[in-house]
Amino acid sequence: MVNEYRIALAGNPNTGKSTLFNALTGLRQHTGNWAGKTVSLAQGNVEYKHKTFHLIDLPGTYSLFSNSTDEEVARNYIVFEKPDVTLVVLDATSLERNFNLALQVLEMTKNVVICINLIDVAEQQGIQINERLLTNRLGVPVIKISARNKKGFPLLLDTIDRIVTGAIECNPAPMTYPPMIEDKIKLIEPKVRELVGNEISSRWVSLRLLDGDETLLNEISKRLVPEEG
Amino acid sequence: MGKPNIIKLVQGEKGNTIKITSLNLEGVMRRRLLDLGFVVGAHVEVIRKSPLGDPIAYRVSQTTIALRKEESSRIEGELLPNGE
Repeated sequence: MVNEYRIALAGNPNTGKSTLFNALTGLRQHTGNWAGKTVSLAQGNVEYKHKTFHLIDLPGTYSLFSNSTDEEVARNYIVFEKPDVTLVVLDATSLERNFNLALQVLEMTKNVVICINLIDVAEQQGIQINERLLTNRLGVPVIKISARNKKGFPLLLDTIDRIVTGAIECNPAPMTYPPMIEDKIKLIEPKVRELVGNEISSRWVSLRLLDGDETLLNEISKRLVPEEG
Repeated sequence: MGKPNIIKLVQGEKGNTIKITSLNLEGVMRRRLLDLGFVVGAHVEVIRKSPLGDPIAYRVSQTTIALRKEESSRIEGELLPNGE
């Protein structure tokens, strides 16, 4: 069906990712307060403007390349299953820590929405967040929400809608590395592109290979190299 | 101001704040610690030590994280004067 889209939810543990998932889908998937809570991928649907958004709740992680099972599941989904949009849920009271994951996702995939959750708690603590400035700097929509109080949902759903219909184009700001690394990327990226095509960011794969990420290499050969015989 | 006092995280006393200058770790553990906020320039506060001195709890980027000696002896930083 043309009107069905897959929306993945990524975020650190304890940022209210599952609360957002439940509030949007109306499911009562149990939300917990400890790391590694979301073990399997919960799925639920949201109907919006004659479209169906299939929401996939990825495991909560601080990163997408420390090689724990949770992180591998989340990374593989974003990179290989290619959701139409990836929502990165951040805790407004702890943005510095949370942006580690957000910046990683922005390197991996294009269609990203940054959801700054717990905005009501942050405001009580006197934290002010300029989402327009963040949107400009990051090149993708940044939206402040409160999943618990269902605040910011209309704008969030509308933004997802406008991305899948092509009304908004996401252009994640590229991260630049020191010349030593950029030179190596230039060297291997053309060969990486031959292998992975345009389906996966060849720059991101190049960076991971330079970092010696063997689990990614194995995943690529498992998924992208046709079996012989 | 004298020379910065560089110590290993494991040498920090309760209440000390240490500004990280280097991580002498490689591979997955290095990545993990970076992801948890132990990056160069980050301020780490020593929260408390276990009875036997290992592990030690640190506060970094608004979260408390306990490290074993194996890791905390490989992270170095500048001991900041109290109250910073």
